[in-house]
Amino acid sequence: MTILFFKRAIEDFRNNRLLNVVTLLTVSLSILIVSAFVLFFINTSEIMNFWKKGLRVMAYLKADIPGSELLDLRRQIQTLSGVESVIFISKDDAYKQLKAQMKRQASLFDNLDKNPLPDAFEIRMSPSTRSWEKVEFLATQIESRDEVEEVEYGQKWLGRFTQIFDLFTLTGYAMCTIFFMAAVFIMANTIRLVIYSRRDEIEIMRLVGAAERFIKIPFYIQGLLQGALGACIGLAILFVAFLFMASNIERGFFSGLFNIQFLSPLFLGIIILISMLVGWLGSYLSLKQFLKG
Amino acid sequence: MIDANEKSSVIRMFHVHHNYGIQKALIDITLDIPKNDFVFITGPSGAGKTTLLKLLYLAEAVTEGQVLIDGMNLSRVPRKRIPLLRRKFGIIFQDYKLIANRTVFDNVSLVLEAAGKKRRLILKKVRSVLRLVGMEDRQTALPLSLSGGEQQRVAVARALVGDPKIILADEPTGSLDDDSAGIIMDLLKDVHIRGTTVIIATHDKDLIRKTGGRVLFLKEGRLDTSSFVEKDYDNSIF
Repeated sequence: MTILFFKRAIEDFRNNRLLNVVTLLTVSLSILIVSAFVLFFINTSEIMNFWKKGLRVMAYLKADIPGSELLDLRRQIQTLSGVESVIFISKDDAYKQLKAQMKRQASLFDNLDKNPLPDAFEIRMSPSTRSWEKVEFLATQIESRDEVEEVEYGQKWLGRFTQIFDLFTLTGYAMCTIFFMAAVFIMANTIRLVIYSRRDEIEIMRLVGAAERFIKIPFYIQGLLQGALGACIGLAILFVAFLFMASNIERGFFSGLFNIQFLSPLFLGIIILISMLVGWLGSYLSLKQFLKG
Repeated sequence: MIDANEKSSVIRMFHVHHNYGIQKALIDITLDIPKNDFVFITGPSGAGKTTLLKLLYLAEAVTEGQVLIDGMNLSRVPRKRIPLLRRKFGIIFQDYKLIANRTVFDNVSLVLEAAGKKRRLILKKVRSVLRLVGMEDRQTALPLSLSGGEQQRVAVARALVGDPKIILADEPTGSLDDDSAGIIMDLLKDVHIRGTTVIIATHDKDLIRKTGGRVLFLKEGRLDTSSFVEKDYDNSIF
């Protein structure tokens, strides 16, 4: 019986080719847009996580703080929520590191009569504290200490970028919802048109004793197949576009900085399943409305 | 109340009325059709012949009264069980009602597919019934490539393939020439001889005269009991 239902669904697809191709293209386009957003979201998140991993708070200390106070301060910073490690960098070590990094400009250091760098604590955050708000809060707490001259905590643009990214995520969710609904309604309308074109046939099936289930199942299969096929086409187009963009990025400015990834098999599976759900829902809505009589 | 356990009747109607809006299509119809009967329902156009048939397979619901089919009270049949009721019937229409984009074989097999029969049985039964109606060699043809008489033979095959208890034929020869009509009526007589109840709605007096059988006469929605006639196939009733 299942084979028969599949056969009927494919026959219907062939008999209403134009209508079904238009639906397929619409579903493909919706899936392409939504999965392009997902791809962008995943890769941008990865890049931001990569940047956040290098995020640290530098607390520059006032001059001539006694060793016992330094130890005490270090212990207190260590106990703050979200702090993973606190490393003391003495001004001498900092000076040596700076000289080593600026070998070619070593003559600059010859004119200095004393080390201008302060002692500092390098504070690294635990993975759970890598949201921008938490880092900012931690920095404010450290800066309020008398022994601390200045606190520096990464690039301000990263904070702004995070806010823009959050806004983009929100817009993305709204877009996904709109495309999901549009795809469902387009699918529902196509199936409705197919049912309308086959109303005599459905009537005959009813007259010869076909149960509603027997009439409906091929339409559900048709919706599921359209969803799956539409998703595969949309994802294939996205993959080709991804290959093109990835090769450009690897050759360009961002070369070696990060590795952009395509959607994982899990995500691909989820997108195909959601698309099939769209197809099923479209069939369900139109059948519910059309076959209630 | 009708006795639902009545064994000898396959169809019973008791004070049945049917209205289309304010228009009365059937008025106070009471009738009894025994098993293996061969009945013509006749009368002028608009008398209610088609409506009466429609009430039997629940294409229309009675406005008042009760209908029993093989002991099943139609007013108590839930919507989900209507397909089961319809499988008791083989229905033949004047306009054949074949699915245009399906082959002769597929049109006939639809009945058994809908009843959930196995593929092997479907193949066997459909071939057998197509052989019976003389359409075995046209099973891959599409309905529109057939003549009217051939299409009606396919419709008869579709009506017979499910081994129904009752054949309902609504003007089955209305669109056919005499030869084709003769073939269809011979098929229906064969089916009757093998034990099936056959009910034919027609206004064609010649057809009834040639065929013979019990005749129920409808006039303006009422059953004209004065015109009840019982005859053998060979005898004239007019």
